[in-house]
Amino acid sequence: MNSAKIAAICLLCSVIPAAAAQQTPRAGLSPREQAEYVLDRLAYGPRPGDVARVMAMGVDAYVDRQLDPESIPENPRVAQELAPLTTLHMTPVELFRDYGPPRPAPGMKRDPEQVKAARQRGRIVLQQLIAARFACALNSNRQLEQVMTEFWFNHFNIFAEKGLDYVWIGSFEAQAIRPNALGRFRDLLEATAKHPAMLFYLDNWLNQVPQGEKGINENYARELMELHTLGVDCGYTQADVIALAHILTGWGYPRPGQARFFPVDPSAFYFDPMRHDPSQQNLLGRVIPAGGMEQGERALDLLARSPATAHHIAFELVQFFVSDKPDPAYVDAVARQFLATDGDIRATLRALFHDRRFWAGAAPGARKFKTPYEYVLSAVRLAGVTLDDPRVLQGPLHQMGMPLYRYQTPEGYKNTRDVWLNSDAMAKRIDFAMALSRGKLPGEHDAGRATGPLLISAEPPRPAMLAPGDAAPLDEPRLAQAFGGRLSAKTQAAIDSAAPGLKAALLIASPEFMQR
Amino acid sequence: MMKRRDLLQTVGAGAVLLPLGPHAWAAMTRESDKRLVVIFLRGAVDGLSVLVPYDDADYRAARPTVALARGANGVVPLDQRFGLHPALAPLMPLWESGSLAFVPASGSPDPTRSHFDAQLIMESGTGRAQSPSGWINRLLAELPHPGSFPRGLSFGEALPHIMSGPVEVATMDARPNDKPLPVDNPNVAAAFDQLYSGNDDLSRAYRDGKEARREVATAMASDDAMAKEQAIANNGAPLAEQATAMARRLGRLLADQPRLQVAFMAVGGWDTHVRQGNADGQLARRLGYLANALTGLRAGLGDKYRDTVILVMSEFGRTVHENGNGGTDHGHGNVLWVLGGPVRGGKIYGAWPGLAEDRLYQRRDVAVTTDYHQVVGAALHGHLAIDSAALARVLPNARHAGGGLDGLIRV
Repeated sequence: MNSAKIAAICLLCSVIPAAAAQQTPRAGLSPREQAEYVLDRLAYGPRPGDVARVMAMGVDAYVDRQLDPESIPENPRVAQELAPLTTLHMTPVELFRDYGPPRPAPGMKRDPEQVKAARQRGRIVLQQLIAARFACALNSNRQLEQVMTEFWFNHFNIFAEKGLDYVWIGSFEAQAIRPNALGRFRDLLEATAKHPAMLFYLDNWLNQVPQGEKGINENYARELMELHTLGVDCGYTQADVIALAHILTGWGYPRPGQARFFPVDPSAFYFDPMRHDPSQQNLLGRVIPAGGMEQGERALDLLARSPATAHHIAFELVQFFVSDKPDPAYVDAVARQFLATDGDIRATLRALFHDRRFWAGAAPGARKFKTPYEYVLSAVRLAGVTLDDPRVLQGPLHQMGMPLYRYQTPEGYKNTRDVWLNSDAMAKRIDFAMALSRGKLPGEHDAGRATGPLLISAEPPRPAMLAPGDAAPLDEPRLAQAFGGRLSAKTQAAIDSAAPGLKAALLIASPEFMQR
Repeated sequence: MMKRRDLLQTVGAGAVLLPLGPHAWAAMTRESDKRLVVIFLRGAVDGLSVLVPYDDADYRAARPTVALARGANGVVPLDQRFGLHPALAPLMPLWESGSLAFVPASGSPDPTRSHFDAQLIMESGTGRAQSPSGWINRLLAELPHPGSFPRGLSFGEALPHIMSGPVEVATMDARPNDKPLPVDNPNVAAAFDQLYSGNDDLSRAYRDGKEARREVATAMASDDAMAKEQAIANNGAPLAEQATAMARRLGRLLADQPRLQVAFMAVGGWDTHVRQGNADGQLARRLGYLANALTGLRAGLGDKYRDTVILVMSEFGRTVHENGNGGTDHGHGNVLWVLGGPVRGGKIYGAWPGLAEDRLYQRRDVAVTTDYHQVVGAALHGHLAIDSAALARVLPNARHAGGGLDGLIRV
């Protein structure tokens, strides 16, 4: 029996009991509150009309549709906004050719001015990626796919400003992360492992069989186990780190010159047998037989299928979707599903969403404090406005300490309350809410400094932020309608007694809206 | 009664003092003489490039490209065995005047090589990553004048684990925050005051932020020179250079503020897996900034340096052998730096196991012969008069006697 069949059978076994669990009361929530809850978790909050739409189709149907994004007709605006962002479709080889540092003439040193110029030209990659991420998160009807793209990018975090990664970060998200965001974890893991952005970021392109002064670099091997798969303190030793580093020697991209002798894959992944240590290794108590690239692929199999990995991913998912302090039994259940389906992300999420404990996050005092990213996106969505250039959101995110693609170290941004709730955050959120409610987003200055041209035709940055029809003060009753019924009496009283120009800002900066 | 504004004037450029917790600005009336500063080098600095065993044949053999040479522009010898990285030469006056000491082969006994875990463990001070509070916060609970604020200050990071816990601490944000926000408008503020009048965590955070901004605005309006300095300091200064300017300000603050007793500052960028360099290069550049930051801190402290102990630590050391990319990987033992007037310096403390392969931890890293808890414990006991019972609450694993640290602090 092949593994797909096994997975399918396991899927049936585990989903049927979960479906039965749907009948249990959901923390005493009304249908309206349930709709609000799923929109705050599977989506970046409701747009005007979303709560009613989810109530009409039913919460379970909404969850199932989101798990099957291809079945959801896409908002035409998404295709329209993505169409000009051509660097996201370029292969890593094309990206390097167009935006990488130019090769010096034989016997010459690289001209630093030319390198600087290439880097300047290459800024467009990041600009297009930022535009695409915001455009999709704000407008896509396939919200869960956007949420999972954010989740996995952060899980496999890379930093836009490290060396060559300015060239490849867009391809990393568009080609390694996004297509696998609801797929199989093993595929996702390999896509990141072989992507030049990751090979560069965690130094594996330098990892080679010891030879003269060059040799093993264990940086990627360590983070691969600690952050990407098993989780810290999950039974691996320093010897395992070394063994895995040896296994992954030779995984990189072609060196200058090699491209002339070998056919270069458009992905730019290149396994260099000359740099690989083919000897047999012991990894996590298993023998990895002597060999070439297949050693690394076997190691990825082993790591992706480890119960520790299942537990690590399940913990991260429950923490991200439900609660800062995940219920251990719930995490175990999600981990079991992950293992039983061979890391099928969609099936794992289905189990997570259809578990009655999914609703525990709606209890009073259990709400998640939105991250700056969630806060800013959900506010713009609630307002129902259209951003002419969504990159403008990078400014407020920078102010709030969570700019896209600028977390330096590989563990990525946290999503818990203790990290994001502080006195500075409150002021910045109120600032943002005031500006948005007046039809004028902040961060123009920051955006202008941080951005370059968005299109290859090198047009100047566009100053307009809201589409012309939207640059008017927001109407509070319309917002309240879109948000739903979750306002406390106290918030309602504060809104009622406020001057008309402040009502919308009070709603957007209310405790109810800052939490999800 | 000191004026609250003075605090903010001292804080100065590019920084905003944000109190955490209610009544944060109250009761700033009592004095304490002693100061402790903890500087954490996040990312694991290469201790063998800080305090260099320059005459050790194993050292040279293990590091064909990153070892530091002797001679001009090379290691600055301290004694027969050890010398300083040339980028740290600005610290030589402190060594020569006897207020700078090092404890090599020291660090956390925990074996982890994860940055994140190792930092948490070192900051928690309990030997475990999971801990409800950090050791500086527990220390603050043991220091005199428990009701006054702020006694603890976190410089540049919102609330690092080492400072977290029940005692209120102040944080100074390195990011600029100089323009008035809409919420500073009285009409807007009145509406939000009503919304956030409760006792929940959002309301408390809201009120603390508002109060802090009001104080800053008052200070700013009164002093144009400072506003100018702020504009200059904010002009895209790199992190390490900022640390230099910040450290001087931190020193002034510690000198001028009678209530401040403990300050924490983290400096990042030490994870040198690739092209670490030797007398030149990225590590040398960062060490140079750090040396300037420490001399700036010393200058800012002025006479208060006599009553200040400064500890410089990092989560673990780096491999003895350089890797294939002219860098070093995550290791174990490191070196702890101890500076300040009360320090009996000009000396190397603790036991040095050497770099022979059979003396290394797991045959690859510098061993830990002095637990960092002992070094911190010695400073807390000798300098801040923390007794055994209190020390057991702050650092359950520390003893303040023995361990080759006798006499580290002048009592």
